[in-house]
Amino acid sequence: MSPEVVLPILIPLLAGALTLAFWRSQRYQRWITLFASFALLAAGLWLLDSTREHGYVVMQMGNWPAPFGITVIADLLSAIMIVLTGIIGLAIAIYSMVATPDRHERFGYYPLMHLLLAGVSGSFLSGDIFNLFVWFEVMLLASFALLTLGGERSQMEGAIKYVTLNLFSSAIFLSAIGLLYGMVGTLNMADIGYKLSQVEHTGMVNVVALMFMISFGIKAAAFPLFFWLPASYHTPLIAVSALFAGLLTKVGVYALYRVFTLMFTGDVSYTHDILLWAAALTMLTGVLGAAAQFEFRRILSFHIISQIGYMLLGLALYTPLAIIGGVFYIMHHIIVKTNLFLVSGVVYRLLGSYDLKKLGGVYKHRPGLAVLFLVPALSLAGLPPLSGFFAKFIIIRAGIEVEAWVVTAVALLVGLLTLYSMIKIWAEVFWKPVPEGTDTSALTGKEKDPQMWIMLLPLVGLTLCTLFIGLNGQPIYELASDAAGQLMNPAGYIEAVLGVSP
Amino acid sequence: METLMAYVVGILFASAIYMMLRRSIVKLVIGLIILSNAANLLIFAAAGMTRGAPPLIPEGATAPLGPIADPLPQALILTAIVIAFGVLAFAVVLIHRAYEVVGNDDLDQMKDTDT
Amino acid sequence: MIEDNKKIMKTNTLILHTAALFLLPLQLIFSVFLLLRGHDEPGGGFIAGLVASAAFVLYLFAHGVPATRNILRVEPHDLLAIGLLLGLAAMFPGLLYGEPFLTAQWWEFTLAGSEIKLSTVLIFDIGVYFAVLGTILTIVMSLTEAEE
Repeated sequence: MSPEVVLPILIPLLAGALTLAFWRSQRYQRWITLFASFALLAAGLWLLDSTREHGYVVMQMGNWPAPFGITVIADLLSAIMIVLTGIIGLAIAIYSMVATPDRHERFGYYPLMHLLLAGVSGSFLSGDIFNLFVWFEVMLLASFALLTLGGERSQMEGAIKYVTLNLFSSAIFLSAIGLLYGMVGTLNMADIGYKLSQVEHTGMVNVVALMFMISFGIKAAAFPLFFWLPASYHTPLIAVSALFAGLLTKVGVYALYRVFTLMFTGDVSYTHDILLWAAALTMLTGVLGAAAQFEFRRILSFHIISQIGYMLLGLALYTPLAIIGGVFYIMHHIIVKTNLFLVSGVVYRLLGSYDLKKLGGVYKHRPGLAVLFLVPALSLAGLPPLSGFFAKFIIIRAGIEVEAWVVTAVALLVGLLTLYSMIKIWAEVFWKPVPEGTDTSALTGKEKDPQMWIMLLPLVGLTLCTLFIGLNGQPIYELASDAAGQLMNPAGYIEAVLGVSP
Repeated sequence: METLMAYVVGILFASAIYMMLRRSIVKLVIGLIILSNAANLLIFAAAGMTRGAPPLIPEGATAPLGPIADPLPQALILTAIVIAFGVLAFAVVLIHRAYEVVGNDDLDQMKDTDT
Repeated sequence: MIEDNKKIMKTNTLILHTAALFLLPLQLIFSVFLLLRGHDEPGGGFIAGLVASAAFVLYLFAHGVPATRNILRVEPHDLLAIGLLLGLAAMFPGLLYGEPFLTAQWWEFTLAGSEIKLSTVLIFDIGVYFAVLGTILTIVMSLTEAEE
């Protein structure tokens, strides 16, 4: 048996239960959180190692054979996502040690965080479409609560949009599952993929495919139903924002990758074409929205949307190279985006604002922090030799290979506009002198902040990850290539789950 | 029966979306409740309806005699109801808090975080 | 005495107040019955948890949050934690025998002439019972307190 495939779900669940049990002691909760994050990362690495060796790691829950029981399965993409979840979880856990206000901790910040991580891991590992829905909801419920923790007016307003759009998406997801079950009579994703490949592709299959696309598209913040994201992501605690920015929308992207490589591949020219235009418009609206913003976190929120577009583009082009690019992009994006949000949190701690107009002078007084911003920012914009360059390069090259000129041009333009946004932040926050009337005692170091180094620790770690991906492009590319190879060949997945080759 | 159900599901979806498009947050939550019920009913209808044949195996037999109703959709619906209960309980708490903080239930007054 | 009662009672309906006192133990016993019956017949942890929480919620409506906390003795989120831990505990025994997680393990023995069947399924069900009870009481209590 291979317990490593369920450990990434069990560890956060156990940590969540333990932090609940230690409700009264915030110190114990912090240490449990830190320990559990390390354990989650370790379990993720074990799983990655195991999937590299065996290809697929499968476990049938409760020993009920597929397709009757619930399957938990990890292929390389799942394992990569779990490792990234572990990295982000650890970074956020360390950051939260010092940056979480007492009020949040007392209202269950840590248990909710673990529940969220359990939901995310469960979504990545589920081999059953209804089980995927359940994990989505676990994740959503935890995210609702984390989003509103603190109870400020802006949080309430943002949460109403977030909750409404996400519940709407869940209802579509559920309806699609019902219709799909009515057609093929199974919920096991491998079995669905197998059965759909056997029957002739009808219009009804496309309808269901589009329902999945809309539902996951909302969760991934793709065009046109993305507006819940910029309305809500800048309202909660910065650690929560960073966690959401890194992981939540990517769960939607992962689900799209899974569903549209395994199940709905019968009419690619129809489904993936729609995805292609959605991807192009997502990139464009995201980056144009960011250009109009002058608030640190809102700019970053809009950039999540434009980056989601690149990942969808990788899936929509649906060539081996494009999928490699998409997987590479997901890896790069999760790390970089979380890092940037955490930088904005540190800047807020130094200067007490997120408004670009009220910020300044960080480079002069804290050059180290400026470097920690510059590396992920330039990586996001796609400058060599950082991780974002390779990610963009592969996708654009894939676009040129299939001669999809328009979307390729859009992708290049969006890269340029991303650079503009990053330069805007750089010029306003780091380069220009501190505006008059700003309290600079924390920035210039007059007021010592003994815990600052703990907050900087995850930033340094994530920056090193970005550099590592950038400087070791080849091995990471090979990993992404293996993952993409598995995605493009669903027969392996089906055989691993059902034990028969289609 | 399925045809009737299809119409009911359609009407429920339509009224849910109509409610969600109103300005009041209370109506928004009512819309969400109807929406989740519509989805549940859709599963029930899409998976096919069999009357008067519970999926029970008589004593002594190892397989059911004759055609039976599919128990799985009902299990799905039960799970979905439980989840919807949790999520909607949260939504009710949320609109209550939002009402307290904002001071009225007009969604048009909640545009500060929009861009 | 009447003054005291007014403080404790949330509503002044005598019937609800008295009925809640009597219904609470009855409903709790019924919930345990449902929980154990779930072994082989319709019933189980979820529905039993709902019945038990209905008992406490009824008591809460009649007597208010502080009184309910008093008779509950533990915080609702502690119940949730116990439930989750029990549920997780039920996942591991299968692993000891080299079977996947959540594989049901059964231990049968005879006690005083009747056959007793214990299983990880029962542990899981009890976990569900507490988790449901904890969740619903947390929600209802925070809603009631927000109302006040």
